[in-house]
Amino acid sequence: MRFGDISQAIGNTPLVALPRLSPKGYTIHLKLEGHNPTGSVKDRVARYLIEQAERHGLLSPGQRVLEPTSGNTGIGLAAICKVKGYPLTCVLPENTSQERRQLLTMFGAELVFSPATEGSNGSVRVARELAAADSHAYMPFQYGNAANALAHYETTAPEIIADLPQVAAFVAGLGTGGSVTGVGKRLKRWNPDVKVFAAEPEYGDLVYGLRNLDEGYVPEVLDVDVLDSRIKVDSRKALGATRELAEVEGIFAGVSTGASLVVARRVCNRLPEGAHVVAMSPDGGWKYLSTGAYAPGDLDEIATAISGTLWA
Amino acid sequence: MPTVRIPSVLRKHTDGAAKVTAAGGNVGEVLRAVTADHPGLEEQLFDGDSVRGFINVYVDDEDIRYVSGLDTPVERDSEVALMPAVAGGDG
Ligand SMILES: Cc1ncc(COP(=O)(O)O)c(C=O)c1O
Repeated sequence: MRFGDISQAIGNTPLVALPRLSPKGYTIHLKLEGHNPTGSVKDRVARYLIEQAERHGLLSPGQRVLEPTSGNTGIGLAAICKVKGYPLTCVLPENTSQERRQLLTMFGAELVFSPATEGSNGSVRVARELAAADSHAYMPFQYGNAANALAHYETTAPEIIADLPQVAAFVAGLGTGGSVTGVGKRLKRWNPDVKVFAAEPEYGDLVYGLRNLDEGYVPEVLDVDVLDSRIKVDSRKALGATRELAEVEGIFAGVSTGASLVVARRVCNRLPEGAHVVAMSPDGGWKYLSTGAYAPGDLDEIATAISGTLWA
Repeated sequence: MPTVRIPSVLRKHTDGAAKVTAAGGNVGEVLRAVTADHPGLEEQLFDGDSVRGFINVYVDDEDIRYVSGLDTPVERDSEVALMPAVAGGDG
C-alpha cells in the first residue's frame, strides 16, 4: 500500500475475530482503529471535519482551527492540520494525561486548559468562548458537526460491509455518538435487520457528583433512533475485558474497547445462532499506560483510580 | 427486593444513602415506592408522569428507553440505577 501523504493513509483497518472470547455459537470481531496513522478512529473524523470545511468554504489557507477535545480528536486534527498548513488550538481539561499533551505539542498544536472539575463540558465552554472572541478561528465542533458521523457512514461502515457482509450487529462506545450514528445508519440502510448497540461509559461517583441534573448534554451528532439499545458499562467491567483481550487474544486496546466487548458479549443471545458481531476498537492501549490501567495490581483499585476519566 | 442506586447529587434526599431498596414489579412501581419513602426525590425525578429528560434510568445496566420505559420489568434481584446524563468522553 502506497500513499501520497499521511492524510491519505487513514482507514482500511483490520477486522479481527475473537475466537477465544466470543460466546459459543457467535463470532465477535473487533475493528482495530488503533491502526490509523495517529493511533485512533478519530483520524477518520479529523480528516472529514477539515475536508468538509474546506469543501464548504468555511476554512481557508492558514486559518486557525480551534477544537475542544481531551485527546484522540485533537491528536488526529493536529496531524491533519500540520500537513494541510492550519495552526491548531486544542482546549483540554487540565487533567489530560502527559502522553496526550506531549503528542499534541509535538505536532505543533497550541494547548489551552479548562478546569478539570468541568470535564469535557468545561472544554466545550472554554472553546466556545475563545471562538466567540476570535472571528478568524474555525471551530469544527465534533459534537455537533455532521461530518463526524459522515466519516463513519462513508468509510468505516463500507469497510465492515466489504469484509463481513453477514454482519448482524454493531457495538461501539458512546462519546460524541459519531461512531454508532454513522456506522449504524449505513449498516441499517444496507440491511435493516442489523442491530446497533451503544456501550455507555459509567463514570465514578465523583464525575456525577460534579454535575447538575439540568446541565445534562446530549450531543447533536448522536441519533438516538439508530440505537436498538444502550447499555452502561462501569470501569471495573470495561477494564477487566480490556485486560482479558490482551491476555487471551493478544490484542492491546484502549479501555473503551473493553466496554464494547462487554456489550457485544451480552447481546449475542439476542441474535440468531451463528451471528457475527462487529465491535469498535477505537484505539490501542498506549495512551493509557500512565493511568496504570495495565499495571499489575488489584483490579478494583485500578478501576476506581481510572473511573473519573475512563476513556477520556 | 430490587435495589435503586441514587446518584450523589440526589443523596441529600435519601439521608446520604447511595442505595435504597423498594418493592415493585416494574420501574414505575419501584420509583413511586422510592419517592413515597423519600418525598424530596419526587420533584427531582419526575416531570408529571414521566422521568425528567436528563435523568437516565437503567435496569441491570440497560437504558429503559430501549426496553419498555417505566413498564420495564424489574426482578427481585434487579438493580435500578438513576444517573444524570453527562457529555461523553473523547479519548
Ligand atoms: C477511545 C475512544 N473511545 C470511544 C469514543 C467514542 O466514539 P464517538 O465519539 O464516535 O461516540 C471515543 C471518542 O469520543 C474515543 O476516543
